[in-house]
Amino acid sequence: MKQQTRNNKRINIITMNIKDILTPFTAWSKVVQDPVTIKDPLTREAAPRYRGFHKNDIDMCIGCGTCEDICENQAIDMVPVEGVETKSGDSGLRPRIDYGRCCWCALCVDICTTNSLNLTNEYTWVDADPEVFIYTPGVDKKSWDDKEDGWQKPVPNYHFYGQKRVHMGELHADERKDSFIEFVKGYSKEQAEMEADRCVSCGICTATCPAHMGIPEYIAAVRNDDMEEGMRILYETNPLPEICGRICTHKCEDVCSVGVNGDALSIRWLKRYIADQIPADVEKYNEILYTKDIKKNDKKIAVIGSGPAGLSAAYYLGLLGYSVTIFEKLPEAGGMMRYGIPSYRLPYDQIDKDVDYILSIGVDIKYNVNIGTDITLQQLNDDYDAVYAGTGLHLGRSTRIPGSDHKNVYQSVDLLRDIVTGAPVPVEKKIVVIGGGNVAMDITRSMARLQMEKYGEVNVIATALEDEEHMPADREEIVEAREEGCDVIPAYGPQEVIIKDDKVIGLKVWKCLSIFDETGFNPKFDESDERIFEGDMVIESIGQGMDLSYLSEDIKAKMEFGPRGRILVNEDWQAKGLPWLFIGGDIIEGPDVIHGIANGHRGAMSIDEFLNQGR
Amino acid sequence: MSNKFFQPDRSKYPSMKDDGTLDVDLSSQKYTKIWLGPNHPGVTGNMAVEMTLGGDEIVQAKTHVGYLHRGFEKLIERRLFVQGFPTSIRMCVAEPDTNEYLIARSTEELSGLTDRVPEMAEWLRTLALEMARLQGLLRGVPGQAGTYSLGIGVQWGVYLRDLILDRFEELTGARVYHMYIIPGGVRGLLPSGFKRRMEDNLTDIDDFIVRIRKLIFHNSVFKSRAVGSAVIPKEWIDKFGIVGTNARASGVKRDVRKDNPYLKYSELDFDPPTATDGDVYSRTWVRWQELVQTVDLIRQIMAKMPEKGDIRGDMPNALHWKIPKGETYVKLESGRGEYGMYYVTDGSSKPRRVNLRGPSYTHAIAVLEKMLINTNIADVHATMVSLQTCPPEIER
Repeated sequence: MKQQTRNNKRINIITMNIKDILTPFTAWSKVVQDPVTIKDPLTREAAPRYRGFHKNDIDMCIGCGTCEDICENQAIDMVPVEGVETKSGDSGLRPRIDYGRCCWCALCVDICTTNSLNLTNEYTWVDADPEVFIYTPGVDKKSWDDKEDGWQKPVPNYHFYGQKRVHMGELHADERKDSFIEFVKGYSKEQAEMEADRCVSCGICTATCPAHMGIPEYIAAVRNDDMEEGMRILYETNPLPEICGRICTHKCEDVCSVGVNGDALSIRWLKRYIADQIPADVEKYNEILYTKDIKKNDKKIAVIGSGPAGLSAAYYLGLLGYSVTIFEKLPEAGGMMRYGIPSYRLPYDQIDKDVDYILSIGVDIKYNVNIGTDITLQQLNDDYDAVYAGTGLHLGRSTRIPGSDHKNVYQSVDLLRDIVTGAPVPVEKKIVVIGGGNVAMDITRSMARLQMEKYGEVNVIATALEDEEHMPADREEIVEAREEGCDVIPAYGPQEVIIKDDKVIGLKVWKCLSIFDETGFNPKFDESDERIFEGDMVIESIGQGMDLSYLSEDIKAKMEFGPRGRILVNEDWQAKGLPWLFIGGDIIEGPDVIHGIANGHRGAMSIDEFLNQGR
Repeated sequence: MSNKFFQPDRSKYPSMKDDGTLDVDLSSQKYTKIWLGPNHPGVTGNMAVEMTLGGDEIVQAKTHVGYLHRGFEKLIERRLFVQGFPTSIRMCVAEPDTNEYLIARSTEELSGLTDRVPEMAEWLRTLALEMARLQGLLRGVPGQAGTYSLGIGVQWGVYLRDLILDRFEELTGARVYHMYIIPGGVRGLLPSGFKRRMEDNLTDIDDFIVRIRKLIFHNSVFKSRAVGSAVIPKEWIDKFGIVGTNARASGVKRDVRKDNPYLKYSELDFDPPTATDGDVYSRTWVRWQELVQTVDLIRQIMAKMPEKGDIRGDMPNALHWKIPKGETYVKLESGRGEYGMYYVTDGSSKPRRVNLRGPSYTHAIAVLEKMLINTNIADVHATMVSLQTCPPEIER
């Protein structure tokens, strides 16, 4: 304390003189200077980058809700707004900002997947009503809505999630074009985790997926390296993950919010990654999925067809304790998945892996049983409590152009099936395929492989009515077909199979100008642009039809049919007129695997409800 | 008052007891108990000084904090790694950017991703931190004279500070809470014309530097009040852990920018100024020199930084960023001295522990109550400001 007192006496180091009295008066020179104050601060324009009030382009916004997730103050709520409808790829919600909580950090802008949300540089807003400070930008009109300046997502290379898809390795075209082995290699752990990290968990994909799979959740399982949890999430809605992980039409990826300004998540490959990590061991599956001891009830269900819908219905009914028997016409399970999809896309052992597990929970399957001849539908009705029919589209459709009835004009579904069953498949030197869908690409690439085996070279032309941009096949299918040496020629319509000396020598086509008009399907051609695609055989692949021959006349009489012979069902997937018959798969929806899986699941739920009425 | 012409005779009171403690008997009516604060004493933020006065001199002082606890560290611990910085800046209002940097650097370090921060971002971070120092000094240097009621310098300084805030506004999108330094980099390149406008401001500040020197340091009133007032003896420096300009004014050259260079400081040419007397005058003088130096540093940064470049490296998805178990202490040299953050992660998507350690923890609590003894009550504010006490960083 005394020491401190002494310290105060060490003060004379800096001396004082008369200048110290006079110098401060130099400050008076400022008196004659202009004032520096802003005359009208209320109209002062903020800097172009200033973080002021929000604006949102609600047409561009898809309601993914990442702004809500990133907001550290929970100032953003996703709310329904009038005029914006919920649809595939759009949640129908829009962000509402609470300025009582907002701190104007603009993280919401920085993460916005569509770049629709911005902050303007408007910063003064006075109102006596405190309620107005909670508003939905873009919906509640504000004076700053048209302002261009303000905070926008910084550029360049400033991203809150990865923009580029992690590429999945695949065999080079030269290595794969003479082989039916699977050419897409699958993700490594590191690749899968990197890809999973890009997900923003918005759930837009879940809404669009016909099966409403828990996509953000299983992607989170990949991030957490918890494959068992991932499997449990997959099997909640989809009992065919190995299959779907390879050949799903991935509608989820089409709407992925990350894909709006970058590459969509590889959702399908991540699903495959999870399933691939679990060994093909039904014991292990039963352990992970808690299906070791399913309590059986006394009800029996017959399922016709072991395609995606039949397997899905059988699995979920099996989980509920029903005794399920599948009746399959062909020698092995899988339906179109096995007999319609080439094994370079979907290897048979992967189908077996999914099917074996379904059978392991107590589902019975009888192969080579033809309903209608070996056993009638009525007998099934008598022996079982309910019947589920997912019989698929196994009949080819013809173009019915002149010459299409020639013996060297084939249906793609028949040839694809023959390749699998080992039946002899005609392979000519020059082949023309009619069709631009995935099945057309499947037969094109399969025939190319067979040509490679037989002749050592590929000579297949695939032609489609649609132009390049609108071809219904997945883009990668078209690209890969071309890589393998196939010639995919869009926008030409088949007019005639040219036959000379009773041999097919080619296909005459005209340039297709348009496909649909106000009356529906009504293609218009430019006859002056005629081409002849040389070919020794022609394969038609313009769609499939259903084979309902298993329905006897008296059963048909009780049922109702819609346009083009479609079976009419109620909202519970019951055939109208036959409450014990439930319908699913491609004959109702799709056609694709994931729709079959989805309506198989819903069909199972409906059967359960139907059989438990009154309980 | 602590001037050489008038020195009170303190030999009579308070008397010392046999055990060496002061004999302060409040019922004797010789003493007055008075509280300074907790409402922004010395314009530094909410804290209180409990003073026992004998006449107008302080015989006992006790600092009290606890009026400003907002739980920011806990709030950050409940937020994703990328969400921490908007909260962190509130922990020290005077130089908010320092908090952003500490959060960002801790996150990058524990993720093992420091090498992904682009060169351009490192320069921009250095620039933002020096601009923050500059705006603090533009307030702090004349502000010291302001505590002695010399307000004109403060007005000049605040105007120039506003010009620097204009630059902040165009660079970062905000004037005070910039939210510019983000884990992985920064949030914007220099806008076009920024360097020219900044140079215009620095030219104005050059003029201010000369004027403020005349106004303050050649000022009989300031000298008589500041010289010899609130002295920090050199031997206190290590004992109390005194840092920054407070240490340098007592002759201990201690500066994180030099001792443990971070960002781009090793590429900049500067030598931290020092003084020897450790009084209010010396501390203000050191800060004035630092003002000169900061202007120079900003010019150096603008000359040396690249014209183009990425502002943020590839980082994990902001929504799922998880950091393995680990801990780190990251520090920088703020205007008040070494400013550090202890940051612990546990493998989850949020920090396990965030602990900010600012220099005011020592300066404003321990050192202040020692220094106030025998100080005239009129000098308390000046003493607090001279220590650059910042209660928000004490309590967070």
